Amino acid sequence: MIKGNFIDNLPKVYGIYTGGFLAFIIIMAICEQMGMSAKVIGICFVAFTVAIYAIIGWLSRTAQADAYYVAGRQVPTVFNGMATAADWMSGASFVAMAGGIYFKGYGYMALLVGWTGGYVLVASLLAPYLRKFGCYTVPDFIGTRYGGNLARLLAVIVLTVASFTYVTAQINATGTIASVALDIPFQYAVYVGLVSILLCSMLGGMRGVTWTQVAQYIVLIIAYLLPVFWISNKMGAGFFPHFMLADEVARIGELEQQFGFVANSKENLAMVPKGLAGITKAHSAVNATPWAFISLALAMMMGTASLPHVMMRYFTTPSVKAARKSVGWSLFFIFLLYSSAPMLATLSKLSLIDPSLPTGIIGKSIAEVQSIDWYQNWNQANLMFVSDFNGNGTLELNEFFMGGKAVVLATPEIAGLPYVISGLVAAGGMAAAMSTADGLILAIANALSHDLYYKIIDPKAETAKRLVVARVLLVVIGFAGATIAAMEIQGILGSVIWAFDFAMSGLFFPLVLGVWWKRANREGAIAGMALGLISGAGYLIWVRNGGSGFLGITQLTFGIFGSAVSLVSMVVVSLITAEPNAATQRMVDEVRVPSGKSILGKQH
Amino acid sequence: MSKQEQHWEKTRGLLMVTLAIWFVFSIGIFLFGAEMNEVGGPFGYPLTYWFTCQGSLGIFVILIFWFANRQEKIDEEFGFSERGDD
Repeated sequence: MIKGNFIDNLPKVYGIYTGGFLAFIIIMAICEQMGMSAKVIGICFVAFTVAIYAIIGWLSRTAQADAYYVAGRQVPTVFNGMATAADWMSGASFVAMAGGIYFKGYGYMALLVGWTGGYVLVASLLAPYLRKFGCYTVPDFIGTRYGGNLARLLAVIVLTVASFTYVTAQINATGTIASVALDIPFQYAVYVGLVSILLCSMLGGMRGVTWTQVAQYIVLIIAYLLPVFWISNKMGAGFFPHFMLADEVARIGELEQQFGFVANSKENLAMVPKGLAGITKAHSAVNATPWAFISLALAMMMGTASLPHVMMRYFTTPSVKAARKSVGWSLFFIFLLYSSAPMLATLSKLSLIDPSLPTGIIGKSIAEVQSIDWYQNWNQANLMFVSDFNGNGTLELNEFFMGGKAVVLATPEIAGLPYVISGLVAAGGMAAAMSTADGLILAIANALSHDLYYKIIDPKAETAKRLVVARVLLVVIGFAGATIAAMEIQGILGSVIWAFDFAMSGLFFPLVLGVWWKRANREGAIAGMALGLISGAGYLIWVRNGGSGFLGITQLTFGIFGSAVSLVSMVVVSLITAEPNAATQRMVDEVRVPSGKSILGKQH
Repeated sequence: MSKQEQHWEKTRGLLMVTLAIWFVFSIGIFLFGAEMNEVGGPFGYPLTYWFTCQGSLGIFVILIFWFANRQEKIDEEFGFSERGDD
């Protein structure tokens, strides 16, 4: 169905799609006016968008290896940028990021810097060279550059550990949103989310995922920006919030001074439902030490450059040149959402705490707050809580608690926007979580089917058989992820950050030095991957079990330790063993120039 | 020095410049986060706050496009650019 002329028509196809989606929002708004219930609107939004993704997945089905693994290497730069942005921005970015900024301020914003700055490393150190290499997967590069099955296998292991940690969080997020929007229990909603995810990727592999991710990006960016602009205008904070919220930021600072941050006693905090938090940190002040900020940002940046599901998006561009440009577009599309998250946090916080605004609740009587409709709804959903700790009958700043997700999910309702916006936000969150889960599951399944099955176990397998194996693995990994997600072991954000640390511990230096250091050899890479992953994981386990850690490296930044071990062991072992043979050195020279044939053939 | 070696030397030079700029805006300025936040930044936001919200992020976007263009020029100079596609 997707042929050359589909590529030429992309702007038109997605233009019509965007128009159709906007029309759908308007129709829903009209239905709301005519009395359609909030619940039906929510179901319509999620069902309609998921159905569209499934149709795109069906239309993109393929039986060719290079279409399945790298979308035929013909995805134009701008569209690949959108697909990468959707691939990248997960449920955590969409639902949890603004909440994190709302509660933790500066210390949390290290993630904003880290999750964008990493793309500079991707563009300059890796993406164009791996594109030139012509690999299908990241372990494909490791296996060919260093040679030997052990190196390839280790790369597969690191990839699987990192991506699997990440994907359980994403399936968890799809389940959460599906359970709220469709009003079904979480344990079943997880599988509804999973089936939607598999519909996009199973038939078309990377090709299907690419075109659904573009569609998902469009939904999620509309769903994020529309409420931010609308709320800002409604509050009279400025029609372009990004440039006009300085007064609001300053006002929050004043109010914080006026209210003061009163610490709650342990007994009082014990009454607050789990997962909810109060405002305890200044909104725009610097509240973290330089090293705490920098180490978190650095870990996220190096992790970005080692996460296979992002890297493999740049294998789909038509050329090396396009791969570089495409990284820029990816970051531009990510920037649109990330730069809006702090604005949303600001608007959300001010609308709640400013007594001079009609939506402000601080300073009102507790009984009055408890009778507000939206408070009752979100209190019931376990995302909001007030309690009169000091018994004066009035709500103080330290007596109001909220869940991190509520900043994105509840602010439209608090600001008095119609329910259709809340439905839209649910669809956006679903798109964000689904697109990332798809990229991750595909990265794992491709590595296992291409690198483990085809390259190591059965190199004579025919294409048809390989693709059957790939699809079976996709389903198996998806179900394994959903099963673990249904157990709800870890929070969404924590496990996402761990995934970055695992990836950088094992893969950052073997990938970078593979291109930039000709002397790096197989033994070095094996030592770098194995010791890096083991020491990183060991550090995490140690700190989790009460270890004190050192150099201020926490369980969120253990990748800094892991990658340092990886670097040292890789360099030392490379230097004490023989240098790579002439053929390998020639291969590295070839990778370094954009022109000429790729190292691996079109079908391999 | 062969053509290929010269090409790689220039490429490495560009990488160093790119990474230096990247370092300044992702790490360097945050060594002085507390001091910098006392200063007013663009649009009236406190300066450090602005960098974490928009400044550094926007600079990274521009940096990548700048890097891509410079690298293309280097590839063209030595005749290593690809033909026939974009």
